[in-house]
Amino acid sequence: MAARLAHRRSRILREKAIELLLFLAAMVSVFTTIGIVYVLVKESVVFFQHVPLLDFLTDTQWTPLFDDAHFGIVVLLSGTLTSSLVALAIAIPLGTLIAIYLSEFAPFSVREVAKPFLELLGGVPTIIYGYFALLFVTPILQWFYPELPGFNLLSAGIVMGIMIVPYVASISEDAMRAVPMSLREGSYAMGATRFQTAVNVVVPAAFSGIASAYILGISRAVGETMILAVAAGMQPNLTFNPLEPAATITAFIVQVALGDLPHGSVGYQTIFAAGLTLMLFTLACNVAGHVLRKTFREAY
Amino acid sequence: MAYVKDLSAIRALIASHKRWDLVFALCGFAALMVGVLTFVALFADMAIQGLPRLNWEFLTNFPSRRPAQAGILSAWVGSCLVMLVTAFFAVPLGVATGIYLEEYAPKNWVTDLIEINITNLAGVPSIVYGLLALGLFVYQFGLGQSILSAGLTLALLILPVVIVATRESIRAIPQGIREGAYALGGTQWQVCRDHIIPYSSAGILTGVIIGMARAIGETAPVITIGALTFIAFLPPAPMKTEAPFLSFDWVMSPFTVMPIQMFNWTSRPEAAFLQNAAAAGFILVLMTLAMNGLAIYLRYRIRKNIKW
Repeated sequence: MAARLAHRRSRILREKAIELLLFLAAMVSVFTTIGIVYVLVKESVVFFQHVPLLDFLTDTQWTPLFDDAHFGIVVLLSGTLTSSLVALAIAIPLGTLIAIYLSEFAPFSVREVAKPFLELLGGVPTIIYGYFALLFVTPILQWFYPELPGFNLLSAGIVMGIMIVPYVASISEDAMRAVPMSLREGSYAMGATRFQTAVNVVVPAAFSGIASAYILGISRAVGETMILAVAAGMQPNLTFNPLEPAATITAFIVQVALGDLPHGSVGYQTIFAAGLTLMLFTLACNVAGHVLRKTFREAY
Repeated sequence: MAYVKDLSAIRALIASHKRWDLVFALCGFAALMVGVLTFVALFADMAIQGLPRLNWEFLTNFPSRRPAQAGILSAWVGSCLVMLVTAFFAVPLGVATGIYLEEYAPKNWVTDLIEINITNLAGVPSIVYGLLALGLFVYQFGLGQSILSAGLTLALLILPVVIVATRESIRAIPQGIREGAYALGGTQWQVCRDHIIPYSSAGILTGVIIGMARAIGETAPVITIGALTFIAFLPPAPMKTEAPFLSFDWVMSPFTVMPIQMFNWTSRPEAAFLQNAAAAGFILVLMTLAMNGLAIYLRYRIRKNIKW
């Protein structure tokens, strides 16, 4: 009897220990977030002791590594925004079209082939897209517009847009396919065509999912690094003209990381301040997506 | 007569609507083709530029100043070792998290916090993980610019992918299996070990492969840690001739990986180096395609075969 009790107790103990272990594994993700915030804020605080926040936000020059250092994040933001806008101008129409086509029009066989194919396209490493933008797309664009410089935001943005298409398409398509069949049937019964059904019934019903696909696309574009580092040049340039080269926040971080900056120098801290800006931007996107989903959710 | 006129007007309306239908279907198909053609162009470009450089020496030579003699030995060895470390951390952590959230987690704010965190981490740009690693692993923990730092960083990066795949495949296991095992007196862990984990292993494997395919192509976080771009030596060998035969010196060694080597060659002006970049890129694309393709195939097989 005592032996059985001891056995039982050890069993319960082991169960508890395993549960604790699994819980700790799950907490790793929480610690990761805490770690990210801790590192970014810690280094940024030191940075902002050197550089007033007002200068950081209003200065129109970004020359952190020069003797006459200026830290105007607007310069990097302009590159990030311009390239992201180009990318979204490609990714949102293409992604939405593909999603509607695959969900409402495509025959079963096309969808069975296209979905995995899109997934493969989304799995290509971004450095490959960077190479492709610099040495394939830019020469083609120069053919139409010979004055285009070798590094430019346009070709990086276009390729980035194509990179994002699979994400936007697959999330939007999932959202559209989750719309119940009865809604479509009702629309067809009223004599609507597939196009009318898609645009007037399915898309509005799936709006929250489609919107969150767009938001995900935006945060992908803003955080994309290698395509821009390779194809858009690394020169800080305050411009909203996609035909010019310009550095983005992410490209700047890569550029600094490639050099040998001593740990603890202001130059070292700038990349954390830039990273914090990036993080706040994507966080804002995530929150906006969450709010959109909550507000426009259609429950069936 | 008005009746006939109406009818023809209606027919014209229907015809125009049907035309719109067709036009839209064609537009959708064209959009899809833009994606497909880009992919074909990308692949063909890599192949045409890179294939002439692909030979045995390319795989067994170190990078060099002379493009014709440069190879990717240190890059692919580095990639393999980093992947080893990544898998070593990401798989147990991801699977454990998935099991905890699906089988153990009580419904309370801590669980909500964990779930929100995982969703958010999936959306964090990869370069931010690089900054985390630079501040935390490289300097705070003193791991240096080593294979271990890079492996840990990429493990954190792909953790959400592994977790989501684990949860999805656990969720697909019917409740009856758990109930049957509990009815026989199994403890919660016994149910997990003997039933949940084996039955979900194929789905987990799919997620792990997709995660690893992503990790192998990631450049930005590894550059941010400070991986070197020019490495002409290999990390210490993991095997030794004398006891204890295994050595872990390699985890602390400096390294480079395939995408960084390719980035290095892409940013040089000489055309010959660009060719090298294309060749390295071709291998990289083939590797990620093979891994993703395997994952897609596995998932397809699982969907077809499972009949509970």
